[in-house]
Parts: sequence; structure tokens; C-alpha cells
Amino acid sequence: MSPSTSLRASPSTRLRASPSARLRARRFEFLIEWALFLCALLSIGTTAGILVVLAVETFAFLREVPITDFLFGTEWTPLFATPRFGVLPLVMGTVLVSAIAMVVALPAGLLSAIYLSEYANPRVRRVIKPVLEILAGVPTVVYGYFALLFVTPVLQRVVPGLAGFNALGPGIVMGIMILPLVSSLSEDAMQGVPRGLREGSFALGATRMQTSLRVVLPAAFSGITAAFILAASRAIGETMIVAIAAGQQPRLTWNPLVPIETMTAYIVQVSLGDTPQGTLEYRTIFAVGMLLFLGTFGLNLVSAWLRGRYREEYA
Amino acid sequence: MKPTVVLFALILSAAGCGGGQQPPPITIDGSSTVFPIAEALAEEFGKANPDQRTPTVGISGTGGGFQKFCRGETDVSNASRPIRPAEIEACQKAGVEYIEVPLAYDGLAIVVNPKNTWASTITVAELRTLWAPEAQGKVMRWNQVRASWPDREIRLFGAGVDSGTYDYFTEATVGTEGASRGDFTSSEDDNVIVQGVASDELALGFLPLAYVEQNRERLTLVPVDDGKADNGAGPITPSAGTVRDGTYQPLSRPLFVYVSRKAADRPEVQQLVDMFFTRADLTREVGYIELTPQIYELAKTHFADRKVGTAFGEGGSQVGMTLEALLAKER
Repeated sequence: MSPSTSLRASPSTRLRASPSARLRARRFEFLIEWALFLCALLSIGTTAGILVVLAVETFAFLREVPITDFLFGTEWTPLFATPRFGVLPLVMGTVLVSAIAMVVALPAGLLSAIYLSEYANPRVRRVIKPVLEILAGVPTVVYGYFALLFVTPVLQRVVPGLAGFNALGPGIVMGIMILPLVSSLSEDAMQGVPRGLREGSFALGATRMQTSLRVVLPAAFSGITAAFILAASRAIGETMIVAIAAGQQPRLTWNPLVPIETMTAYIVQVSLGDTPQGTLEYRTIFAVGMLLFLGTFGLNLVSAWLRGRYREEYA
Repeated sequence: MKPTVVLFALILSAAGCGGGQQPPPITIDGSSTVFPIAEALAEEFGKANPDQRTPTVGISGTGGGFQKFCRGETDVSNASRPIRPAEIEACQKAGVEYIEVPLAYDGLAIVVNPKNTWASTITVAELRTLWAPEAQGKVMRWNQVRASWPDREIRLFGAGVDSGTYDYFTEATVGTEGASRGDFTSSEDDNVIVQGVASDELALGFLPLAYVEQNRERLTLVPVDDGKADNGAGPITPSAGTVRDGTYQPLSRPLFVYVSRKAADRPEVQQLVDMFFTRADLTREVGYIELTPQIYELAKTHFADRKVGTAFGEGGSQVGMTLEALLAKER
């Protein structure tokens, strides 16, 4: 019933009509509520679905390969005639590239956060912050070829013995990619530090540098740590850059100059080949995926917990 | 790369759907090694027949291509090795008969970086030392392969284990198909191997000769010595000539297409198959090596007679056998 008809209707009809209209409105409200709930459920359902698939395939994998072989073996050659299922070379490759990325992103990200939050005047910040965040919008496939075709050749002039595929180039480029994540989140954390703390520090005669490093930074510490961990989790899960530029050779090494393979790059490699579904070789990607998921999920949990803590302090 | 190609094929076939009474396009799938030739042929076919739909060419690898072919999903299957017993059986079960057509030769090239000054030749025995499963984690330096080579790390690149190229290389050097060390950069995408070797002074890799032709300045070919005098003594550099006359052994191989017997009676398929025998210039253009006129003639007769089945009873890669001998053996 449209509003115009109910207005024109006599009082008696309105009395009769309005409970049904109200009922209808309530029913509509109910529908909306459910639709919204379903939308929210969708993302949770997807996560649950992914977990179930990962878990089922991983268990099928672990029924054939002992978990100790998988977690502690040092050779990873599942596709070859003499398969070995030790995931450590892939884990090490992932950790190596992520560590290089963090070495690049942490100092640069933190310093730019300090500059943006404590030094830059608002006009400069309005320009620089979005520009920095554009870095996060560059497609990772572009970063991948940037690492392979530009950064690595340049590095080869300086670093003797650097292979065409290596951990160093992609690691540095990945560091550039996660830099805006570090600087943006760290800056948010520093902005959250109450003004009174800074003013107190200035009143005691501290310089801007002393205030930033000794007052604001410690106060925002848990938020900054959360940013770091989130960035690390992003680096560990990053796929395209390492699949393109780091090589496809699982190797247990800390040497950043030679080709390696990360967990994500391995999953890409198998998905592109002709490995038949349902075979043990095929299940390896789910086992690796599960490990990857548990790793990044754990880091995200720690990060969320840290952020929650720092919010409480100044709420 | 592969999903993109399939996607393109889908778009192409979808775009062609407006025609209505046109016959469906010829579907080709299989080896990534054969793909450049098949693609060139399909393109020419499309140009010559504007009223017909251009054949779709997919890349599923030789094995993946046969899977689809033996389910009756494709008309033509590209293969960089002969059909295998398991695949023969699968086709038989599904009632799919096929005609085996040799298409071209391909050489497997051993390549090093242009800055490599020491590896000017290599023997098959040295390749076996380097690539055998036992070498994994042990043969890691150049001087372990040949004492006069430098005491520096060797970095290996090669085709992915799902490719016909890998099957053939291991059969020809290690001696067992599919057996090799696992600690090398293995990729289904040959361009990754080109990039890897071209950017690393200490690298050695194997590649289809066609990819080397396209990257002449970035890679150096290593002549291979098989230690046998009767097919050309000493190290032989791969080239169109040495592959065709059988002196570049054991690393040259024939490439095939398998045409479904059912599709062979369609006029447009006959037209396409005829191009296999007459457009050797396309084969040359994409960097492969054309067959000799006699073999084209023989293959043409086989197709005209609709001879079904394979000349490779035992299946798999056969190293060092010339096509003439095989075709003669078959009938």
C-alpha cells in the first residue's frame, strides 16, 4: 500500500490498514536484517570454506607423508621421480625474502611516519601521504617485473655473483611495496598519542627530536609493532613478486644472491603445470597453503591484539 | 601464461558464435613446444578462410593435451613426444582413433650465459653427471663436471617436469625418462629459463632450440658431443642442418600432431592438415626445423590412407631414431 492511498483513506480504514502496514514494514526490516547478516556471513563462510578445503586436503596429504618429514625435512622435490617432502627450503625462502623486505620497510617506513606525524606541516602531509599510498596501489605483477628487469640488473653491477633470480632484488622491491603499510599505520598510531603528552614534553624543554623519539614513539609502541607485524604478514603472503623474480628452486640457504623458491611461488608453479588433481603432488600445494595460512593468521592475530591494547591505553 | 591462452581461446570461440550455420572451429590443444607452429598455422588458416572460424589453440602440455584428446574434447592434439601406452589405452577406452602426423623437428639446446668463457663444449656423459638424480646436492660446482672448468658454483635451469621437453631431455641424457636431480630452477615457461640463463654468468640450462633462436644475443649455445663417431664425430652445434641430418644427437626430436580420426573427414580439418605438409615456411619462421620433403610425402600418404594408431608401440620418447626409420618401421 502506498502512503498516498493511506492518507486519502477514512480514519477507520487507516486504523485497519496501519497494523498491516506496520507488519509489512517490520517484515521488510526483518528481510534487510537477514540480507545484511548474509553479507557478513559470506566473508566468514568463505574463510571457513577455505579452511575446510585446506584442512581436508592437508589431512589427505599427511596420511601419506609423515608430518615430521614435512615440517623438518630439508629437501623439497615433490614433483620429481624421487620425491622428498621437506618444506623447510620453502619456509626458509619465504622468511629470507620477507626479512629483506622488512629490513627495507621498517626503517624507511618508521622514519617517514615520524616525519609525517611530528615534523611535516599539514599542507605537506596532505600531499605526501596520498603519494606514498599510491605505492600500495601498484599491481604486484608490475613490482615483480620491476624487480626482475630493473632492480636485479642494477644490483648485479654492484654485487658480484648475483644470479638473475635471487632473493635480494624481490626482497628490496617487496620492502618498497609494504612501506606505505608501515608508514601509514605507524603514523596513525603516533597521531593517536594524546597531544598533552607532546605539550608536556615541549614544556620541559625537549626538542622536537627528543619528543618524537622518547615520548611519542614509546607511547605508540604497540600500534607501531602491530603495523610491523601486519607488514610482515603481507610480505610472507606476497606471491607475484617472488614468483616472477626470485626463481623456482627450493633451496635451504641464507644466501640472498642465488635463486630460491617461496611457499607462494611453489603454489603458483604447481598450479601452472599439468599436475593432475587428487594426486599427492597436487595435495602438496594445500599442505603448503595451510602452513602459509597458519603463519599469516597467527601474525594477524598478534597484530590485532597489540592494536587493541594500545587503543585501551588512551580511550 | 596458460590460463591467458585458454581465456583467449574462449573469447575467440565466443566471438565466433554469431555466425550460426558455420561449423564449430577446429580445436587444437597440447604441448607448449608445438604451440608456436600450431598458432602460426591456425592464423594462416584463418586468413585463407575468412568465412570460417579460426581454429583455437590451447596449451595444456603434451600430457594434458592427450587427456582432453582422449576424452574426445579436441580435434587435434599437439605433442612434443609420441603418445604413451597409458594414453593409447585411454583413447582406446573412449573409442577415440587418431592419425599420427610428424610436424617438425626440434633441437634441445644446451645454453650458457654469454659471459661464460669456459664451457665451449660438453659431452653427453658430462650432462649425465650433472643432471642425474645422484647429483642432487653433490655436483654443485663447474669443476666437478670437468676438472678444467673453474671452481665456481653452477646454477641449473630447465623445463618443468610436466613438459615433453623435460621427459625427452632426461631420457636422452640421464637415460631414464623423468629421472633427474630436483635442485634446479624448473619452469613450465621457457621464457623463465631464457631470463635465468641470460642474467646469470654461472648458469647452464636446456631449452627448445626455437627459444634460443629468438634470444640469440642473450644466450650462448654449447656444442654437444655424444661420443659416437658414426653420426658426426666431436661436439656438434645444434642447427637446422645438424638436427635434420641426424648428427645433433641425442638432443633432437620430432614433434607431432595427433588428428582425431573422426575429425579427419571434416573438409576444414583436411585443409588444415594439408597445411602441415605444405607450409614448412611457417615452421621455419617460428624457429623450428622442417622435415625433409620425403617425410612430408610419406606423412601425407599416411593421412590420405587414414592410417590410425602410432608407430611408437612401446610409447614414450625414443632417442636417436630418425623419422624415416620410424615411418618405414610402421607400415
